[in-house]
Amino acid sequence: MQLQWDWSIAMEVLPHLIRGLWVTLLATAGGMTLALALGLMVTMARRARFRLVSWPVGAAIEFVRCTPLLIQLFFVYYLIPDFGWNTPLVTGILVLGIHYSAYTSEVYRAGIDNVPRGQWEAARALNLNRQQTWTRVIIPQAVPPIVPAMGNYLVAMFKDTPLLYAITVQEMLTRATNFSSRVFSTVEAYTLAGVLFLILSLLAAGLIHRAERQLVVRET
Amino acid sequence: MNTNDSATQQPLVQIRNLQKRFGDVVVLDGLNLDIEIGNHVAIIGRSGSGKSTLLRLLMTLEKPEAGTICIDGEYLWHQQQNGQLVPASLAHTRRVRGKVGMVFQHFNLFPHMRVLRNVAEAPRLVLGLSRREAEARARELLDRVGLSDKADAWPQELSGGQKQRVAIARAMAMQPQIMLFDEVTSALDPELVGEALQFLRELADEVSMTMLLVTHQMHFAEQIADRVIFIDSGKIVEDDEPAVIFHHPRQQGTREFLNAVLSPADD
Repeated sequence: MQLQWDWSIAMEVLPHLIRGLWVTLLATAGGMTLALALGLMVTMARRARFRLVSWPVGAAIEFVRCTPLLIQLFFVYYLIPDFGWNTPLVTGILVLGIHYSAYTSEVYRAGIDNVPRGQWEAARALNLNRQQTWTRVIIPQAVPPIVPAMGNYLVAMFKDTPLLYAITVQEMLTRATNFSSRVFSTVEAYTLAGVLFLILSLLAAGLIHRAERQLVVRET
Repeated sequence: MNTNDSATQQPLVQIRNLQKRFGDVVVLDGLNLDIEIGNHVAIIGRSGSGKSTLLRLLMTLEKPEAGTICIDGEYLWHQQQNGQLVPASLAHTRRVRGKVGMVFQHFNLFPHMRVLRNVAEAPRLVLGLSRREAEARARELLDRVGLSDKADAWPQELSGGQKQRVAIARAMAMQPQIMLFDEVTSALDPELVGEALQFLRELADEVSMTMLLVTHQMHFAEQIADRVIFIDSGKIVEDDEPAVIFHHPRQQGTREFLNAVLSPADD
């Protein structure tokens, strides 16, 4: 193992890493979008009065939460046949989205439970229907307080994307590894990959913090 | 009570044998009540006597175990089918619910909407008004409750009394046939109570709307209501004009209650 830092190698690997970073960001954006949408659906399904709906969804979430993400990735990637559309990246986004929906659904639940009962009653007294009650009264009040928690999961998911290496997605870690083995030097590629993760995580955390502060200002 | 010219006119609200329990606790025990159009009815009684529950049942926030509520000729929880009463569909209950409006004890304004939208939202969504119509009417109502300058404020920026007026405007925007007021003054700061009562009294005189109020303020009940009902243990004990209830109650129970709440310490 070489611990000698070589700037020429660093400069050479950087474009590869940036290309990998795009895939990483794409996987995160896709996975988080899916996790946010699916999580809300899971929360609604678990509130359903019919046990036939709420119970299986609850069990599925428990299952997802109690198995490692890496195993879920392997499972879906190797055991589900190739339909043509399920490229490694699509599979990765799907698994990330489903995995994180288990967590986002809990966040949604907390947000919804925090809306006072009086708001439901006011919606009923004004004769709003179920859908209007959710979209106009409950969700707009449930979401702002949970933005920070969702932001934390966004950063967590971003940092989980290197696991997609295991299913050959061409994200940053995959490219760093491929490059390293080609030039027989590991230190530059992995260091720079780490630095890029660090910069973007800090950036995201800063944005979340700002969004959080703005939401607080609007509330008072 | 002045009898209306049309002899066939039935009471706006007819409650028959209404029963409600929470677990083992019987809250309403076979309550019967008729309310005529234009009545201003004040309901008084100890806490836990079932008076707020009665309002909540009328607003369909709770479902009764037995009995019927009929509003403007239509059952709230039932439908007539082949001459028999069957449980109502959601759509039916929703339609009849539209005849009732409520001002909550804690107002329950929507904190994420400005005052104007608080008032205009439901008419737009439920009554199908255009945005412009709904907002024009909301402005009219805000003007009527003396808050035309607060249309663009957030509810959190208002005083308790102002919030209550917005809540009144919001309920009136749905054009209900009867308005329910739950504990009208108990969420207000003491120095605002007088003002709020004055406002409600003027409103009651001004609009011929049918009102059903639950209150702890006996003076207020005496001044605003043309009819006072004393409820105890889920039943109506006495139902008469304010002058009779407050000065010559016929029932021993009413007398004891009034003696307790009108003691000098309470004044």
